[in-house]
Amino acid sequence: MSAQVNMATTEVLRVDTLCKSFGGVDAVDNVSFTVQQSELLALIGPNGAGKTTCFNMLNGQLKPDRGTVSLMGENITGWDPRRVWRRGVGRTFQITATYSSMTVAENVQMALIARHRKTFSLFSRATRLYVTEALTLLELVGMQSQAQRSAGILAYGDLKRLELAIALAHDPVLLLMDEPTAGMAPGERAELMELTAGIVAERGLSVLFTEHDMDVVFGHADRIMVLNRGQLIAQGDADTIRNDKQVQDVYLGGGSMFAAEGSDHA
Amino acid sequence: MTAGFIFAQFLTGLSSASSLFLVASGLSLIFGVTRIVNFAHGSFYMLGAYLAYHLIEWLPTGILPFWGSVICAALIVGVVGVIVEVVILRRIYHAPELFQLVATFGIVLVMQDAIFALFGGEDKFGSRAPGLNGVVRIFDEPIPQYDLALIALGPVVLISVWLLLNKTRWGTLVRAATQDRDMVAALGVNQAWLFTSVFFLGSALAGLGGAVQVPRESINLLMDLSIIAEAFVVVVIGGMGSIVGAFLAAVLIGELNAFGILIMPQITIVLAFLVMAVVLIVRPWGLLGKPDAIQHAGDQIDMPLREASLPGKLVGLLVIAALVAVPYVLDDFGIVLATDIIIFALFAASLHFLMGNSGMVSFGHAAYFALGAYASALVFRHLGGSMELALLIGPIAAVVGALVFGWFCVRLSGVYLAMLTLAAAQIIWSITYSWGDVTGGDDGMLGIWPSEWARSKPVFYYLTLVLCGGGVLILRKITHAPFGYVLRGGRDSSVRTESIGIHLLRHRHFGFAVAGLFAGIAGSIYVFSKGSIFPDEAAIPRSIDGLVMVLLGGVHTLAGPLVGAGVFRLLEDWISRLDFWRAILGTIIIVLVVVAPQGIAGFFHTLAIRFGLAKGRESL
Repeated sequence: MSAQVNMATTEVLRVDTLCKSFGGVDAVDNVSFTVQQSELLALIGPNGAGKTTCFNMLNGQLKPDRGTVSLMGENITGWDPRRVWRRGVGRTFQITATYSSMTVAENVQMALIARHRKTFSLFSRATRLYVTEALTLLELVGMQSQAQRSAGILAYGDLKRLELAIALAHDPVLLLMDEPTAGMAPGERAELMELTAGIVAERGLSVLFTEHDMDVVFGHADRIMVLNRGQLIAQGDADTIRNDKQVQDVYLGGGSMFAAEGSDHA
Repeated sequence: MTAGFIFAQFLTGLSSASSLFLVASGLSLIFGVTRIVNFAHGSFYMLGAYLAYHLIEWLPTGILPFWGSVICAALIVGVVGVIVEVVILRRIYHAPELFQLVATFGIVLVMQDAIFALFGGEDKFGSRAPGLNGVVRIFDEPIPQYDLALIALGPVVLISVWLLLNKTRWGTLVRAATQDRDMVAALGVNQAWLFTSVFFLGSALAGLGGAVQVPRESINLLMDLSIIAEAFVVVVIGGMGSIVGAFLAAVLIGELNAFGILIMPQITIVLAFLVMAVVLIVRPWGLLGKPDAIQHAGDQIDMPLREASLPGKLVGLLVIAALVAVPYVLDDFGIVLATDIIIFALFAASLHFLMGNSGMVSFGHAAYFALGAYASALVFRHLGGSMELALLIGPIAAVVGALVFGWFCVRLSGVYLAMLTLAAAQIIWSITYSWGDVTGGDDGMLGIWPSEWARSKPVFYYLTLVLCGGGVLILRKITHAPFGYVLRGGRDSSVRTESIGIHLLRHRHFGFAVAGLFAGIAGSIYVFSKGSIFPDEAAIPRSIDGLVMVLLGGVHTLAGPLVGAGVFRLLEDWISRLDFWRAILGTIIIVLVVVAPQGIAGFFHTLAIRFGLAKGRESL
């Protein structure tokens, strides 16, 4: 695996004064942050805060109005998503996107085929390519027993895990996960996040995720950033965020339940 | 060209735009609400013309009887539309678009024979409209009064329909259903009757469009397909479901025809389709259309491809052995039929690759078949009568055509993609039809026979088997290869495909060219098997043949196109000897879509799964 675990913290992603507005509304307003290697970083905020817009600019689906995005020191601002992906940024979606007319293994094999630039190959058999690699990835997310099932009939939680395996197929340095646990049962959520945290630790990649479930955020993130109306209003570890007056205002109109809820699960 | 002449031409354009608008607005209205691309709409137009003609002839001459006949014809057509909707279409609203289209084409065939049986096959010429049979001089140019009446009729109908849609409760429901019909149903509206009423209005408008043409044009049995191609163009340019858009587009096309005919007579249809291609590239949903936010439900999820099991492989070998044995078993007639079937199996397989595996439904796949065929014929005629060279150049020409048209087409999806492919086929058709000096026009090109060594029926059969049968196998191979999987994946989820770093558009473009190549090979061989080629090979019915073959075989089965081509050609061979064969074929198509949507091969595949002979989808 190319991403070696490095004890010295290196900066994987640097976002500098990123701006995007839609018809006069500043969806993302002057946002700057960095992602360190092996970091599980959460981006939270109320609905409409600009989280997904931010994500879309990081992986190239949207071009920022202003600001820069650098990956491993290289300026990738305005690159198209495919090029960003090739440079090592994986992404999972809020609404799962998998190939329903392929098996679970084939879904992962497709990502491997794309990685090895075999997509124009006309005469080899797709199902026989990169089988071992695909099964290894499926094992990593605990899906190897379902490798030959059709992806179209998977349970939702399994689809999320399949997406994770697909996203890991090109050995990314950074994984963007848009609401990874949305629509899952509470038990499944913890399981998926523990799995993700394990992969982060083992492979030394970095994960930036958005999330609405505060248990997931406070239970698993190394660091948390809070976005409100396009602006980054706080960042730091769980305690810092919990005790931040501005964050409490945004989420609860100044109530104290936030802290109490967090400490229950600490 | 004086200013007066230009103005007169402008008015002519407006008056033909009116009739076109009537037809197109009905089509657009029906599509907007029911999501059905209704080929039979042209038949409603033709029926309106025939009914109006006979009513006018039958009633005493006069202003009132004339307009009474026109309105009666429109109403009767509306009722026919309702019958069609209730009996057939209501059963297939949730079927994939392709099934609906093919079913409506079945209706076209039935209506052609029904009108022929009722009114006879000869062309009819209506008398001028009473009270409007003179001319008005504008800038010294004679303008028929009737044209002026038509120019007024268009906006009147536009305003009426607009008021109906925007100022009545019924109109509110129709507009709501255009946006989200499931939501409308969830709110307790009786959807069935809403759809039926829309169908009545839409069909009546088509009938009216036909009826008002009686004093202007000859009435004949070719009216249906010629108007439907233009109406599709108008609806697509205007934006599916937009009445105002249809009006603007009708005026645009009407004027384009009026002036185009001065510059390039015969090629006006090409101009219209070029305009459509440009509009769709700039505004993929037409001038006033809106992006279709709702994913179309209907197409059931496909199963993963499996490698053939041992029994499957044995069956495959048996089929190949049987095909090799054909010349030893059958007489000359049988060999010719078998040659035909293999050629069309490749044509259907290439179409299946495009729409079944890649999700790009083409309504104009005949374009590449005809390109291969015509290029071969031209090479044969002008480059020293070499069949070998012709068989090489034909497919290349088809690929070049597919690359050019494909560049536009693959950018679109769903109905718009289908319409643009249809437009591409119409361009090829009109070139072969109109460019008489080169292609022989309607008379086609004759005397294109195989080289000496391949002239005997069995040898030519084996040549076909190698080229076309081999083509089918290669297509099958590509389907299982990474490239085929990329297209399959692009059909399932374009978001996923792009996000694993695949340039989907580029793959789709190449896939379009691959499909074009194999259709071109089929076309090239076809010319030499028949010894001749006619513009019919590029026409709408040929494209529909391909769709029917794929449908007969089943969209989601790889063996489907082969079974489909075989059954279709045998069926056609058998029923084309009967009277009213169109009606019989149309009925078979309709019944098939309604009763066995998974096709013949799909049907047997389901049976095989049930008896444990094939692997199917696991249950949840």
